[in-house]
Amino acid sequence: MKLILVLALIMAIFIPAKLELESYLSRGDAPLKLGVRERIGQSAYVAVLGGFRSVIADLLFIDASAAWERTDWTQLLLRLRQATELQPHSIMFWDVAAWHMAWNASIAAERDETRAPSARLRASREYIQLGRDFLERGVAHNPDQPQLYEALARLYRDRLHDHARAAENFYKASQLPGHMAYDERFSAYELSWCKDHEHEREAYERLRALYLRGENERLPTLISRLKFLEQKLNIRPAERLIR
Amino acid sequence: MSAALTRIFAIARITFIEMARLRVFYVLVLFALALVLGSSFLARISFQQELQVTEDIALGAVNFFLSLLAILITAQLLPRDMEDRVIYSVLAKPVTRFEYMLGKFLGVVALLSVSAIAMSLLCVAIIHLREQTAIRETMAQMAQSTPADRAAALRGVYEAGAMNRLSAALAAALAKGIILAALTLCVSSFATSSVFTISAMAMIYLVGNLESVARDYWLHQQVPSVLARAFLAVVTFVFPDLQAFNLTDQLFAGAVLSSDLLLRLAGLAAVYTASYLLIAMAFFSQREL
Repeated sequence: MKLILVLALIMAIFIPAKLELESYLSRGDAPLKLGVRERIGQSAYVAVLGGFRSVIADLLFIDASAAWERTDWTQLLLRLRQATELQPHSIMFWDVAAWHMAWNASIAAERDETRAPSARLRASREYIQLGRDFLERGVAHNPDQPQLYEALARLYRDRLHDHARAAENFYKASQLPGHMAYDERFSAYELSWCKDHEHEREAYERLRALYLRGENERLPTLISRLKFLEQKLNIRPAERLIR
Repeated sequence: MSAALTRIFAIARITFIEMARLRVFYVLVLFALALVLGSSFLARISFQQELQVTEDIALGAVNFFLSLLAILITAQLLPRDMEDRVIYSVLAKPVTRFEYMLGKFLGVVALLSVSAIAMSLLCVAIIHLREQTAIRETMAQMAQSTPADRAAALRGVYEAGAMNRLSAALAAALAKGIILAALTLCVSSFATSSVFTISAMAMIYLVGNLESVARDYWLHQQVPSVLARAFLAVVTFVFPDLQAFNLTDQLFAGAVLSSDLLLRLAGLAAVYTASYLLIAMAFFSQREL
C-alpha cells in the first residue's frame, strides 16, 4: 500500500511536466506513414522504429546509387521513393531522385534500341514526369528551400523546354533566403525565351532592371538577351541600353 | 550530508571501476568506434552527400551503442551484486538503500559519459575531416563561379557539418543513454534476473520510440474503445519519448536547434531520470533481500 502511494505521488508530480515538455518537443516532427512498413520491409521498419530512421534512409539511398550503377531503373525508383519517404526533409534526396529520373533514366530510355521509337519516347516522358513528381513533392515538404525550386526550374528548362514554368520557379527560388545569386537573372533569361509578347515585355523590364543594377550583372548572356529583346520589341533607339 | 555524499561517490567510483572491467564494455565501445570510423568509408559509396551520410551513420552508431551499453551494463548491476553477495555486506554498513542505488546509478552515468566522450571525439574528428574534403571539392568544382555562388555553396557545406548542432546531437544521445540507465535500474529493482531486465528493456526501447504516436492518439484523436484509450494513456504516462532525443532527423532537416529547445530537452531528460530513479528506489526499498 505504501509503495502504491509513493508511486502515485511520483507520477502525479512528474506526469504534467512530462506531457508539457514532450508536447513542446514533438512539434514539427514528420510523422511516419503507415505504408512505409510494406515498402521497406519488416527488419528495416523495426530499425526505423528503433530511432534509426536517418541511417536506414541513408542505406536505402546508397542502395539506390548501386541500382543506378547497374542501370536498374525500377529498383532505383523504388529505393529513391523509400529514402525520400523516410527523410522528406532531405533536400539532396529529392534533388538527386529527380535528377536520376528526369535525366539518367529518361535519356537511357531514349537510347534503348530494343524498343520501338514510340515506346522509347513514351518511357522517356514518363521518367521525366517521375522526376518532376519527386521535385513537386519535395517542394510540398520543404516550401522554404530554394534548392528544390532551382532544380524544378532546371527540369522545366532542360527536359520539358517549358520556359515560362522555368522562369516562374527560378523567380520563386530567388525570393527565398539562401538562394543562388543567378536565380533572378536566370528567371529573366527564361522569360526572354518565351514566344509571347507579354512574357517578352516582362523579360525586357527585368533584364533592363538587372543591367541598371551595375557592372556585376552585365554578363554576356544578359547583354545578348537584352539586345535581342530591344530589337524584337522595337524599343526606341534613345531608350536602348545596348547599342 | 557530506558523509552521505562521500558514501554515494565511493559506491559510484567502485561501480565505475567494476563496470569498466567488464568485457562487454570493451566489446561495445570497440564496435562503436569501428562503426564511427567505418562511416567515413561507407559514405564514399553513396556518390553524393558524403558528409551527410558520414554524420548520420556516425551519430547513429553513437546513439545505438550508448543505448545498448546503458541497458546491458545497468541490467547487470543488482543481479551481480546479489549473486556475489556484495550487496549484503554494503547494506550491512551504515549505507541506506537510497545511497546505494544513487551511487550505482552515478557510476553508470560516469561510464556512459567516458564512452560518449571517446565516441564523440572520433565522430567529430571524422566529420571535420570529411567537411574539409567537401570544402576542397566544392571550391574546385566552383572555380569558375561568381564569389556569391561559391559562398552560397560553401555555406551549404558548413551548414551540413555544423559542429554546434553535432555537439547537441551527441549530448542528446548521452542523455538518452542516461534515461535508459535509470529506466533499466527501475526494471532491475523488481526483476529477478538480468535476462528479464534486458528483454523488458528491448520492448521498452521500441515502445519508447513510438510513445509520441501513442500520445498524439491519446490527446488528439478519437479512440472509441475504452480499453485502447486506457492502453494509450498507460504508454503516454509511463514510457519516455525516446524519439525526442533523436536529433539526427532534425539535423537532416537543417532545423535550427534553438537554446530553448535544447533546454527543454535537458529538462525532459531530468524529469525522466528523476522519476525513474525515484520509482526504482521505491521498489528497491520494499524489496526483500
